[in-house]
Amino acid sequence: MSQPFRLDHGGRVDRDTPLQFTFDGRPIDAFRGDTVASALLANGVTLVGRSFKYHRPRGIVSAGAEDPNAFVQLGHGARTLPNRLGTVTAATLGLKVRHVNAWPNLEYDLMSAFGLVAPFIPAGFYYKTLMWPRRFWPLYEHVLRHAAGLGHAPTAADPDRYDHVHAHCDVLVVGAGPAGLAAAHAAVQSGARVLLVDEQSEAGGSLLSTDERVDGLPAPQWAATATAELAATPGVTVLPNTTAFGLYESNLVLLAERLRTDQPDDAGSESGARVWRVLPRQIVLATGAHERPLLFANNDRPGVMLAGAISTYVRRYAVAPGSRAVLFTNNDSAYRTALDLTDAGVPVAAIADVRTDTDGDLPSEARAQGIPIHAGAAVRRAHGRGRVAAAELCSLDGAPLGTVECDLLGVSGGFAPALHLHAQASGPTEWDPTLAAFAPRPGSGIHPAGAVAGELDLAATLRQGTQAGSAAAAAVGCSNGSEPEVPRATESTQAPIQPYWLPPGDLAGAKPQFVDLHEDVTLDDLRLSLREGYESIEHVKRYTTLGMGPDQGKLANPLATGVIAQLLGRDPASVGTPRHRPAYSPVSLGAIAGRHIGPLADPVRVTPMQDWHEAAGARFENVGQWRRAWYYPQPGESMHEAVARECLAVRHRVGILDYSTLGKIEITGPDAGEFLDRVYTNAWKRLRPGRCRYGLMLGEDGMIFDDGVTARLDDQRYLMFTSTSNAAPVLAWLEQWLQTEWPDLRVYLTSVSEHWSNIALAGPRSRDVLAAAGTDIPLAGRDFPFMTFREGHVAGVPTRVFRISFSGELSYEINVAADRARHVWESLVDAGRPLGITPYGTETMHVLRAEKGFIIVGQETDGSVTPSDVGLGRLLSRRKDFLGKRSLSRPDSVRPDRKQLVGLLTDDPAQVLPEGGHVVDDPGPQRPLPMRGHVTSSYVSPVLGRSIALAMVSGGRAALGERLYVATLHNDRWLPARSCHPVFYDPAGARQHA
Amino acid sequence: MLLIPCPWCGPREDDEFTFGGEADFPRPAEPEALTDEQWADYLFMRDNRRGRHREQWCHTAGCRRWFIVERDTVTNEILGAGTYGGSP
Repeated sequence: MSQPFRLDHGGRVDRDTPLQFTFDGRPIDAFRGDTVASALLANGVTLVGRSFKYHRPRGIVSAGAEDPNAFVQLGHGARTLPNRLGTVTAATLGLKVRHVNAWPNLEYDLMSAFGLVAPFIPAGFYYKTLMWPRRFWPLYEHVLRHAAGLGHAPTAADPDRYDHVHAHCDVLVVGAGPAGLAAAHAAVQSGARVLLVDEQSEAGGSLLSTDERVDGLPAPQWAATATAELAATPGVTVLPNTTAFGLYESNLVLLAERLRTDQPDDAGSESGARVWRVLPRQIVLATGAHERPLLFANNDRPGVMLAGAISTYVRRYAVAPGSRAVLFTNNDSAYRTALDLTDAGVPVAAIADVRTDTDGDLPSEARAQGIPIHAGAAVRRAHGRGRVAAAELCSLDGAPLGTVECDLLGVSGGFAPALHLHAQASGPTEWDPTLAAFAPRPGSGIHPAGAVAGELDLAATLRQGTQAGSAAAAAVGCSNGSEPEVPRATESTQAPIQPYWLPPGDLAGAKPQFVDLHEDVTLDDLRLSLREGYESIEHVKRYTTLGMGPDQGKLANPLATGVIAQLLGRDPASVGTPRHRPAYSPVSLGAIAGRHIGPLADPVRVTPMQDWHEAAGARFENVGQWRRAWYYPQPGESMHEAVARECLAVRHRVGILDYSTLGKIEITGPDAGEFLDRVYTNAWKRLRPGRCRYGLMLGEDGMIFDDGVTARLDDQRYLMFTSTSNAAPVLAWLEQWLQTEWPDLRVYLTSVSEHWSNIALAGPRSRDVLAAAGTDIPLAGRDFPFMTFREGHVAGVPTRVFRISFSGELSYEINVAADRARHVWESLVDAGRPLGITPYGTETMHVLRAEKGFIIVGQETDGSVTPSDVGLGRLLSRRKDFLGKRSLSRPDSVRPDRKQLVGLLTDDPAQVLPEGGHVVDDPGPQRPLPMRGHVTSSYVSPVLGRSIALAMVSGGRAALGERLYVATLHNDRWLPARSCHPVFYDPAGARQHA
Repeated sequence: MLLIPCPWCGPREDDEFTFGGEADFPRPAEPEALTDEQWADYLFMRDNRRGRHREQWCHTAGCRRWFIVERDTVTNEILGAGTYGGSP
């Protein structure tokens, strides 16, 4: 029979639209308007999962986002979603739903054997026990991972698209229950732009599960009308299926809008979900409250539900979650559930109320219906294994009151405001003794209203919502001059609750009593934690994993506060709650990433010659965001062979390098020279126009920050080259000094990195290539000497040609406007073909500069290296101050045992040292070995026919020629080497001056 | 998120800015005249104040101007912003 627990009439489900989905492969009949949970209950499915640690059977507890048990896996394949709550997931045609935490299946879970050994795996078990022997860690991890299954991540890339939306509004209303709808209406009437969000597919919240009336209409009908009116008003956005999951500084709110809820899972949709970043000017917090569970033995059995959730299933979904009920409460609300059940024809066998006074309106009504009420009574234990079969009642002093058969046990421990968002952003909260819970106080720009503010009466909630809405609107200057109308409902009075945390006396001895159902944290675990000295609620959390599940302890934490307070004999206000953190509910990673994936994760920068490099078969490497040609293998060539060929071509003939990625900053103004004097270690003011100079830039701590050549273009204009990856940091650094310390200097900085492409010709024949390509610049050495530049045409295009060299060869770096660069590049390649011109990449560039002992900032240096350390002390001006100068005379900067740049030559010329390898004097038995330094660069030098390396070695410069050993990744294998001067090739520099 | 009021561009998300540490830490006029200890104090020591804090921010992804923000380091409330001279 289909849907045996579906009520014959009532509810918000659309009986004309039946649909079917599957749960663990089993067909489940449902109606449009059902959630997965309501449909399962309608079909009598009570077992939806196994618990996290003990694999105990678990059922649906709530009808909302607070459920600790109803986590399921949705869909399959690439679109599968783990850890979604069946209580908030709409039942849709063809949806595939699976349990997440049982093996091999839900009914016969082998892991439930953990339950039998539960006394031996208390809180902290993993920390204490699974620590040694260390070599078993991978095994422990493997077993635990398998045991602690929480659904499965998809194994293929998600085919759906996810989007981010940025939005602004005057008033954001979070929650479309009675308070939220009233607030939105009031704010809209005042003329405010309003965004109203609700996590459910239908607006209305608690209005959808009550028989009360608003403005004379049945509450669900009023909610539907009010929502439709809002949605039709210009300037108002209503977002269903949208969870506000994070509230941050400046009241930034993140929303997760689920778009796939109405799609069959394998049909898919264009956009799976959206994350909204909303910056509202005011926020009305109408997030409601979560009912608190109560402690008794086996309080985790399927069939134990929150009383309010039972009402919701009965009234909203027309589902009876059981056939015979017992209710256990410390407040009046459970009596409404008793009446709802009676209305639906479900007998209520007993109500146990811990209060002795049960004479309020609702209890009297229940009594009049003939429901047996036990005042001053509690549930001691639930009986039944796969499901509740009976409730064992007793008086608060432990006297047995008999066992009552039931398959549904509704509990209500009062209501805890859902203040999570408010608390995430450190909004003020305070202990409210009438609720026995923490409630938010109004924060900056935040107006709590309704149950979240502790108001449980409908009429008062509507009033409070209206006030919050108009106050929020007024705060942003919106008002229509009249008091907004408050939707009317019947006032009711409820007797106060009586906090009930710890079952008194020996009731507490009945076990197990679960505080956190998701994490399987029991009352005994809390006791253990306190006994071992972990008394702060944050310590209890970390020790027991209380509240650490994907449900974020929504039910567990408010209960734990009271329990811990009572165990410690302290005021709950002083115990507090664990820190609330985003996300309120799980948000899929795809939605958080949005479009920032794949090629859009980070921009890729390429030079105008990119297509040419690709056509030439270049391999590329990433340098920051730049994609640079790394080497150009010819067919069948290995990287090593290609680099060797490119290196020899430059040394013997000519090579061409795309060096466009270099940072370029134009520095202009009458004080440009003075400015350079301050930021560079050497002197600049007397550099003549047309000349270039190598400069070192230090941090104020005296450590090398960047290096590069700067040319004086004319009297008031310089062009600075920075290293590729430092282009932006150098510009920011220069701007900071200019703007914050030296605003009196008349200097202007412009980044021209992208404007100028840079083509380097290097090698003894580079002058011939330049001439062959056609230029009006005189190239003879005396007309155009080393470290100068000339302006003129190359291949018919205006250029600026610099005679500078990073290879140690005769070299020209040709700056050309980016849009003409490809033409000049191809002209040079064509002109150089008869001379054997060879394109080379960054790898060859690195080898060539290492042969010359030229440093690369970030490779030889690491932020702890001074100019003297790398042998560039000659660049330190004595005659002027510069940034970092004072630090160079600090005692630490002049220590003789500082690491200094040296060359290393291995005994075996074929051996290449590992970069980063530690350098030691003697790899003897002593441990730990004193370290002398580390290898910074290491290559095969084709022109020298052997390996070379650069290293930073403590006191190395004074001991050139010493015997050293370099560690390898293989234990106890050390490579012997000797230190040497760091310039391996052409130490006199004759070649670059040619 | 911080909504930072750039004096030149108006309020923008903190993504667009670079933090530059404590403000009002002028470079000594004559570094060579300082003792090692005084220089180290300038280099390394900052107050890391709890509460009102004047600090440097740069609108890196905007006008690239450095300016001063006063922020409460406990609540992250931005109390004001000012320029290093000149007015927007």
